[in-house]
Amino acid sequence: MLRLRFLWLILALVVVSALFLTLEAKGSWSFTLWFRGQKLASLLLIGAAVSIATILFQTITHNRILTPSIMGFDALFLLILTLMIFGMGAGAYAQVPKVTLFLINLILLTLASVALFTLLLRDQRSDLMRMVLTGIILGVLFRSLVLFIQRLIDPSEFAVLQSASFARFNKADPDLLLVSAVLVCLAGGAIWRMRHRLDVLALGEVLPVSLGADPRRGQLTVLMLISVLVSVSTALVGPVAFLGLLVSSLTYRVIPSWHHGHILPAAILIGGITLVGGQLVLERILHFETPLAVVVECLGGLVFLILILRKGST
Amino acid sequence: MPRLWLLICLCLILLLSVLSIFVGVIDLSPMALLRDPEALQLLAVSRLPRTAAAVLTGCSMAVSGQIMQILVRNKFVEPISAGTGQAAALGILLSVLLFPAAGLAVKMSLAAVTALLGTLGFLALVQRLPPTEPLLVPLVGLVYGGILGAVMVFIAYQVDLIQYIDVWMLGEFSGVMRGRYELLWLAGIAAFVSYLIADQFAILGLGRDMSLSLGLNHRQVMAMGLLCVSVVSALTVVTVGMLPFVGLIIPNLISRQLGDNLRVTLPVTALLGGVFVLGCDILARVVRHPYEVPVGTIFGVLGTLAFLWLIYARPRNA
Repeated sequence: MLRLRFLWLILALVVVSALFLTLEAKGSWSFTLWFRGQKLASLLLIGAAVSIATILFQTITHNRILTPSIMGFDALFLLILTLMIFGMGAGAYAQVPKVTLFLINLILLTLASVALFTLLLRDQRSDLMRMVLTGIILGVLFRSLVLFIQRLIDPSEFAVLQSASFARFNKADPDLLLVSAVLVCLAGGAIWRMRHRLDVLALGEVLPVSLGADPRRGQLTVLMLISVLVSVSTALVGPVAFLGLLVSSLTYRVIPSWHHGHILPAAILIGGITLVGGQLVLERILHFETPLAVVVECLGGLVFLILILRKGST
Repeated sequence: MPRLWLLICLCLILLLSVLSIFVGVIDLSPMALLRDPEALQLLAVSRLPRTAAAVLTGCSMAVSGQIMQILVRNKFVEPISAGTGQAAALGILLSVLLFPAAGLAVKMSLAAVTALLGTLGFLALVQRLPPTEPLLVPLVGLVYGGILGAVMVFIAYQVDLIQYIDVWMLGEFSGVMRGRYELLWLAGIAAFVSYLIADQFAILGLGRDMSLSLGLNHRQVMAMGLLCVSVVSALTVVTVGMLPFVGLIIPNLISRQLGDNLRVTLPVTALLGGVFVLGCDILARVVRHPYEVPVGTIFGVLGTLAFLWLIYARPRNA
């Protein structure tokens, strides 16, 4: 049963990817394949990073509504980026190699988010809704701070930053692509080895104790891995608030299993199908001007609203 | 006590207004006003309208926030971030699309209609929420507003109007001039009218059953409130753009300090809103002189901080 569903998912991903590479190709094949191959790789990477991060976050917070982006992770990434440009000046900023910058940013984000979210998660037991609201409000605060600091930066330097703060699935940087691929693979490997531990973490606060396991052990590691994955996706495409939620709710629907050994691969596949398929439909079939990010925002927001309303009425 | 607050707010508004007249890119000194006709021109075309616009926006937004909180019966909502503002902006976008040649009045009316529909949609959503979870309401409001905003961005991309959107999404007063802000007086009038029926709003806040048994025409007062909120939101979004959180912080602050007797507190709420918006606008002009920071970003920062304070410092019995 599960195996059949996995086969279908893999088949779907292969089909959309093949269509994405070949549909409406004009001019030389080698160029088209190389050009589109890069796009495809970045879409798959982002899909994997966002879906894994979301599933992990939902596991350690024991609910299926929260995602790292809803709690303001990627806004925090942008804030750190902005503060760095503001502190160094865009001239100095442009001279540092991109990869170095990305790694510095990654370390800062990991530190900041671990500090912030251990604080927030402590509150969770008393009031889940308050924590969600706090996360959303913090996201708005970070984004406002970004806008505010952007205006303090010289208008000429402003352009450097502006290009970094919009979600765009089409223009991932090839330099960053390689680093990101390595990082996602490393994080993914670490998570795969933790998959049984994650099954225990998902049980909640009380049950693991009676099984003789400390529910907090591993939480910190998972939080750090989430930060890495969020940095990768935000650095590649910018903020995407509701993509993770869309993917994770689809995953729980398609794969009715509690094992992370099943959920995580399925989430990666579904993330890829959503992004590649969405891009395919939007760009090649409907010929829409609108970026995929906007459509995903809209759909994901609706899913969030439905989940929240259902949660509230039970 | 409320009288003292009223007096202090009045003094502050006067003080800030004088300050606002003399702060800006072009130096303007009190002496120049007496001698230089050009200075007078500057005063009449730019500085006075700008000051008036900030005060009017602040007053009417604070009042409409208060009314929205009564309509929804929840202290943590305000129109601009709970869908009404986004719906109004959607209306402007539609009017630009459908009637590109039409004037400000048409834009404004369409925006008011969509704002009304957006608010009704929010109220319908809120009715399905359990009364035991007060924080669910602002949460749903923020997401609902976000979805409406995404729909607007989607349409704007399709018709290549994406640059327009920024103007409405991020409020600022730097574009305010004589001849381009006068609609805001209507918002001020709407706020004043709601003061005249403040008692009925106070009763409305007790809930449907209670207000019906006290002899209130529940439906009519509800409609008045909706109308006021929609008109004020549409007017401010059309003229200066979205200014989030004003309608949230000010009424909550006043309600914690002075209680909920609207006839007494509504004027203080309105004036404090004016003080707050005008003060922030002056700050926006000063902080990066000679450039300006959009005042919407300052609200974003201050407003979210205040919101966090509100939900963490809320009284146990609230």
